[in-house]
Amino acid sequence: MRSAPTPPRFAQRLLRWFCAPHRLDELEGDLDELFQQRAQEVGLRRARWRYWRDVLSLMRPFVIKRQHTDYPRPTNTTMIRNYLTVAFRNLAKNRVYSFINIFGLASGMAVAMLIGLWVYDELSFNKQFKNHDRLAMLWQFVKFDVEKASYDVMPIPLAQELRSNYPDFEAVGLSKTRNVIVAAGERKLLKTGNYVEPDFIDMLSLNVVAGTRFGSNDVNTILLSQSLANAMFGTGNPLNKLIKLDNKQTVKVAGVYKDFPANSTFTDVTFLVPWKFFAANDENAKLDQNEWDSNSYQIFVQLRPEADFDQVSAKIKDIRMKRDNPPGYKPEFFLHPMAKWHLFGDFKDGVNTGGLITFVWLFGSIGVIVLLLACINFMNLSTARSEKRAKEVGIRKALGSLRSQLISQFFSESLLIALLSFVLAILFVQLTLPFFNQVAEKQVTILWANPWFWFAGLGFSLLTGLIAGSYPALYLSSFQPVKVLKGILRANRSATIPRRVLVGFQFTVSVTLIIGTIIVFRQIEHAKDRPVGYNRSGLIEIGMNAPELYRHYTALRKDLLNTGAIVDMAESSNSITEQSGGTTAISWKGKKTGSKPLVMSNYVTHDYGKTVGWQLKEGRDFSRAYSTDTASIVLNEAAVRLMGFKNPIGEVVRRGSPNRDYRVIGVVKDMVKENPFRPVSPSFFALDYGNVNTLTIRLAPQLSAHEALATIEQVFKSYSPDSPFDYKFVDDQYAQKFGTEERIGRLAGGFAVLAILISCLGLFGLASFIAEQRTKEIGIRKVLGASVFNVWRLLSKEFVALVLIAFCLGAPLAYYVLSGWLQNYEYRTDLSWWIFALAGAGALLITLLTVSYQAVRAALINPVKSLRSE
Amino acid sequence: MKGTYLGEFEEVVLLAVAIRDGDAYGAAVVNEIEQQMGRSVNLGAVHSALHRLQEKGLVKSEMGGISPERGGRRKRLYSVTAYGRRVLEEVRQLRNQMWDAIPRTAWS
Repeated sequence: MRSAPTPPRFAQRLLRWFCAPHRLDELEGDLDELFQQRAQEVGLRRARWRYWRDVLSLMRPFVIKRQHTDYPRPTNTTMIRNYLTVAFRNLAKNRVYSFINIFGLASGMAVAMLIGLWVYDELSFNKQFKNHDRLAMLWQFVKFDVEKASYDVMPIPLAQELRSNYPDFEAVGLSKTRNVIVAAGERKLLKTGNYVEPDFIDMLSLNVVAGTRFGSNDVNTILLSQSLANAMFGTGNPLNKLIKLDNKQTVKVAGVYKDFPANSTFTDVTFLVPWKFFAANDENAKLDQNEWDSNSYQIFVQLRPEADFDQVSAKIKDIRMKRDNPPGYKPEFFLHPMAKWHLFGDFKDGVNTGGLITFVWLFGSIGVIVLLLACINFMNLSTARSEKRAKEVGIRKALGSLRSQLISQFFSESLLIALLSFVLAILFVQLTLPFFNQVAEKQVTILWANPWFWFAGLGFSLLTGLIAGSYPALYLSSFQPVKVLKGILRANRSATIPRRVLVGFQFTVSVTLIIGTIIVFRQIEHAKDRPVGYNRSGLIEIGMNAPELYRHYTALRKDLLNTGAIVDMAESSNSITEQSGGTTAISWKGKKTGSKPLVMSNYVTHDYGKTVGWQLKEGRDFSRAYSTDTASIVLNEAAVRLMGFKNPIGEVVRRGSPNRDYRVIGVVKDMVKENPFRPVSPSFFALDYGNVNTLTIRLAPQLSAHEALATIEQVFKSYSPDSPFDYKFVDDQYAQKFGTEERIGRLAGGFAVLAILISCLGLFGLASFIAEQRTKEIGIRKVLGASVFNVWRLLSKEFVALVLIAFCLGAPLAYYVLSGWLQNYEYRTDLSWWIFALAGAGALLITLLTVSYQAVRAALINPVKSLRSE
Repeated sequence: MKGTYLGEFEEVVLLAVAIRDGDAYGAAVVNEIEQQMGRSVNLGAVHSALHRLQEKGLVKSEMGGISPERGGRRKRLYSVTAYGRRVLEEVRQLRNQMWDAIPRTAWS
């Protein structure tokens, strides 16, 4: 056969596209005939050219217009409509399964969404600042002992040094955060604010909405945040109003700025005052102007665009060591980039060890796992249910359905469910957000306007729908109608294996989460039950912000005692729940040369020990009876261990500047002032009535706290009428130390409950499905004499075995993960075997309860009913 | 029925259908016109004219049999209706009448 020349293919395709089907045959025939004829007469090239012209000339309405017929012409949309109808009918027919499917998937999606929003919030921390990728904070590593410790506080002259000698910095700004009483007229509030150099304002691109910012020459001015301005002046104009700080100096409101965003480091900063004001008024700051070894101030810097954090860190590292008299603690300065402040804030021995990022990972993976559990449910139930529909597949096929149509039917069904779940999940998230925000201490909102949120949500729904629908779509659609309709099809045992694996996986996760939750809570309880070394009940603290509170110690104490509202009162250099400072300038007999351990310093008044109720182990408390007690010192047990005293009483410790001898008069039990998960640091207590800033009061137990506080307030007002009576219960302050751990515990517990709930939902669905599938078998067994217990055992056996396997996998996993977590805490609970046993028993119990409901119901069915129809 | 006015090209196509009596389909009409008039015409123009002629009732069509040279595709065969023949004759008569009315001197 000769090969005929072929007409231009694209023109052909064009014709087929626009031409009405009923005319295509005729026109193509004409075109082809002319083409063949012309190819012989005038050559192929011209023939093709003419072919093209003919095709284009045929683009006329009468060729394009489709033939009208009176018969319905089903299109794809019609069929999809039918699929949706069938899908909805199926959902309505099996209400329980539909509920479990949609509700389970929706709650899984909601959890994942909440966690996703939380992670997003954490990751976007501090990102709102325009120059966030160039901002950094100065930190230093110092070596007191063996390990390097890290601090974010700097000496004042370092700022000038960086500014003048290091061109890598675009801006350098000193800052000091303080709690200050701000007063305007009758309004007095205790607020947190920063004393900053003007560069700081530029670095953070502060949004001044009214008035002007302060410049380098302004001193007695203040910038208020919008919220503080509202709180102080309401709707009135705050500009140029006068504000009194700590009842001492007066400053003028120069401007109002928009509050710092909630998820930024500066969210608590409610006002800014020029550094110059601070340097002129603060006693310590005056002394520290040129003091290279007094580290109490923060320095923020902005690098030039081309500068690199690491390289600049290397340049500034040894600034202090190169100067005269390098200190023994060998400071190494470095830059901590803003991007890492929040999530990578932990250092250990000179290396960044992460920080909150651990939780981002932890919760991120919990979110993925919970979602996975929900997906597994969804898949298990869809596949289990779909076997019920084998007959439908057979009939559809017999009526002429193509396999591809069945595939798209099953996919459209699972996509429908997935999308319904997505909508429901958004509803759930919206409803639970306020509660979630409270637990997580966040201000998260749904990102309605963020395309990525929708993209991820819908993309995920589609993916779940496709995965869950893949088994029925691909497997069931391959059935031969003859076999299915004859009823030969029986699910063989191998078909249930993937389902069992998935259920096993769910229970492994649940067991791990149960164990994890128990241990997190036990760790918190363990630390809470730790003896703190003093008595917290009825103990309150008041910060001494107003100057009038000083120098009246004896009178104030006497007045308070006379009211009968207090047991005792004392003053100290810092709150009992904090440890503000320590010293390495301390020595004792037998101290190893070269070692420079840090000993925490506490300055107290005579009545401190009695007020807080510390427990003397040896020796005596400070007493006014001994005038020599100004040269006496009380140590804690840790300090005694550090110094290696056999008989500490009477030993001599040299400390202070200038160095003086102090005689040890007593040893107290370790008091937990810092991190309750860590050992107590070596500390000393010495008398110093000048170096105090905190009032500690124990309320009289016979009065209600309310009455006692009202009485105390009256006395306070007589001494310092202008300062707010702002007290804190030591109990509450101490409880805050567990904030992070409790938050994790609550969140992990919540997620564990949800994970278990979702697993149980799936289990419930599967159990009821299996019970239904085996109705006839159970009926026959009962006829043959099986008892309800026999049937119950028959149905529960499989699941119990699965739970046992899951426990064997989950327990070592939990052990591994949690022993790693507990390593973070030096004061930690142990992983006792009973926790694992409890978790295993709990999982088993939940399984049995879930399965039993279905099993017993199946076992109670009258066999007559289950066997009468075939 | 649309107006019975017969355009010049329509007349040519109608004549071609009449010439190819019994075997007048798209390609054949194109060939006929090209041979008779020595000019190339587009298939689209021919089909369009045939479509209009059919709407005016001057031609009728039916699907023909399968022919091997067209790859098994069927032809639509056109034939002139009685009305079509009458219109052709009227046109011719009109032309003749007009020819006859030309004075002899007009040619000099």
